[in-house]
Amino acid sequence: MTAHANILTPGTLADTAAARVTVTAAPGRLSLRARGDLSALETALGVTLPAKIGSRAQANGIEALCLGPDEWVLLTAPENVAAVEAAGAAAYEAHPHSLVDISGRETTVAIDGPRAVDLLTLGLARDPETVAAGEGRRTFFDGQTVILWRDAESKFRIDMWHSFAPHLLGLLETGCRELAAETL
Amino acid sequence: MLLIHCPYCDETLPEVEFTYAGEAHIARPENPSAVSDEEWEAFLFLRENVKGNHYERWRHAHGCGRFFNAVRNTITDKFLTTYEAGAPRPALETLTENGK
Repeated sequence: MTAHANILTPGTLADTAAARVTVTAAPGRLSLRARGDLSALETALGVTLPAKIGSRAQANGIEALCLGPDEWVLLTAPENVAAVEAAGAAAYEAHPHSLVDISGRETTVAIDGPRAVDLLTLGLARDPETVAAGEGRRTFFDGQTVILWRDAESKFRIDMWHSFAPHLLGLLETGCRELAAETL
Repeated sequence: MLLIHCPYCDETLPEVEFTYAGEAHIARPENPSAVSDEEWEAFLFLRENVKGNHYERWRHAHGCGRFFNAVRNTITDKFLTTYEAGAPRPALETLTENGK
């Protein structure tokens, strides 16, 4: 695998009264592309793939988010990736698809705190309120494509490609301090 | 900033999530080696360049990733409609009052 100079170690990046930004431990990530009747694939993976773009499902240690009409991202424990890949490979004859391990591609940050939504508006083109709690979207954040997960009203995760992380994290860190300064 | 409705996501989203992809409904000849140079040139290069309501392709690049078609007025920049790729071209009369 390519060595990335800018993979960040997990830890808290900024912790202010407004919001907290934490680089999380990297989960196992897989990209799934499939069309047609997905039942054979769903049985093999043990998770019902959500059909609506932005909706999520969780089962069998896999968290699935629908990104496009035929595209999902699956999160699982890093040690479970090989098992998910094997399950997909076993179902390949019944339902041809593409299931690729993309664990090495992205950095995830968790954002929470009373002003997490305000923090996101610094870089998010769309209205964060259009992503309901328990949903997720692939969207655009200050020039980069990111996957935004909304776990609760003021609790988010953002998956970004490693090479863009220093820029986006710098913005989030500055934003945290700015928002905290406003509340003084 | 334009707000564009993605027919796949069924959401109206900011323009920065999208990329423009040229005129819509241009079919590639089934058998390129059978067409004349003039026909091939027309397929590759000749476009309507409409002043007014233009059928065009867009891609939700920073979202679902899908190409779709739109009708946009090139004078006012107003989107009349967007529809899924592969769907038939909607008649202008159904989109505007008296086809204007």
